[in-house]
Amino acid sequence: MQVKINDLAFVPAEIRVNVGDQVEWVNEDFIDHTATANSGEWDVMVPAGKSGQVQLDHAATITYFCRVHPGMTGTIHVSANR
Amino acid sequence: MRMIEISGVAAAIVLAAVTAPVHAADKPSDAQIAHIAYTAGDLDIKAAQLALKKSKNADVRAFASDMVRDHQAVNDKALALVKKLGVTPEDNDTSKGLVEQSGEKQAELAKLSGQDFDKSYVDNEVAYHKTVNGALQSTLIPSADNGELKSLLQTGLKIFTGHMEHAEHLASTLH
Repeated sequence: MQVKINDLAFVPAEIRVNVGDQVEWVNEDFIDHTATANSGEWDVMVPAGKSGQVQLDHAATITYFCRVHPGMTGTIHVSANR
Repeated sequence: MRMIEISGVAAAIVLAAVTAPVHAADKPSDAQIAHIAYTAGDLDIKAAQLALKKSKNADVRAFASDMVRDHQAVNDKALALVKKLGVTPEDNDTSKGLVEQSGEKQAELAKLSGQDFDKSYVDNEVAYHKTVNGALQSTLIPSADNGELKSLLQTGLKIFTGHMEHAEHLASTLH
């Protein structure tokens, strides 16, 4: 599942994935960002023009933000595999 | 010129200079706007470099590193744009005022150390970004004639609003 970072926003800001899926953030901005779980369980660097990934290993609703620009927020709903 | 008192704000003068109603005749030109925006970024980089020299607080240092990286990236974009547009950034009273005020603040910060330094640096970052963002919103963006310059300033405003939020959060952990 891919989430774009464009003009200081996560697009789409809310996604649904299954346990075991990988989320990839693709940064289209000219400045570096992070995707940082509010819980602190992961902190992914997403440099300008590059991408960063995380694999989700448990069912949860995870909210995250960019540490450098904390107004940027997103939500991932992780469902258990059926 | 109307002066507005904001304690410890390096950019008080820019606010005073640019929050007055803009008249067509005295609105800043694109060359002046580019110089003001570039100068504001450059001064924040210098403040961050001082913080990296003086602070031992990991969160303050991380914030300062973010400031150096982001403002450098924005200023690189600004330089590339003015080159492409054939505009020569023009020094003006607002950018001169910024440099002067910032120099005084830097001298004040240089005398502090430890937590006193951290608090003063971060408080000033909150105030500085608030002031510069206000100037972008009320004057620099509306006055910009070139569409690409206007767009870069708008992106800059989003980035610097993020910095202000980050600084506010950091300040709340230091007090």
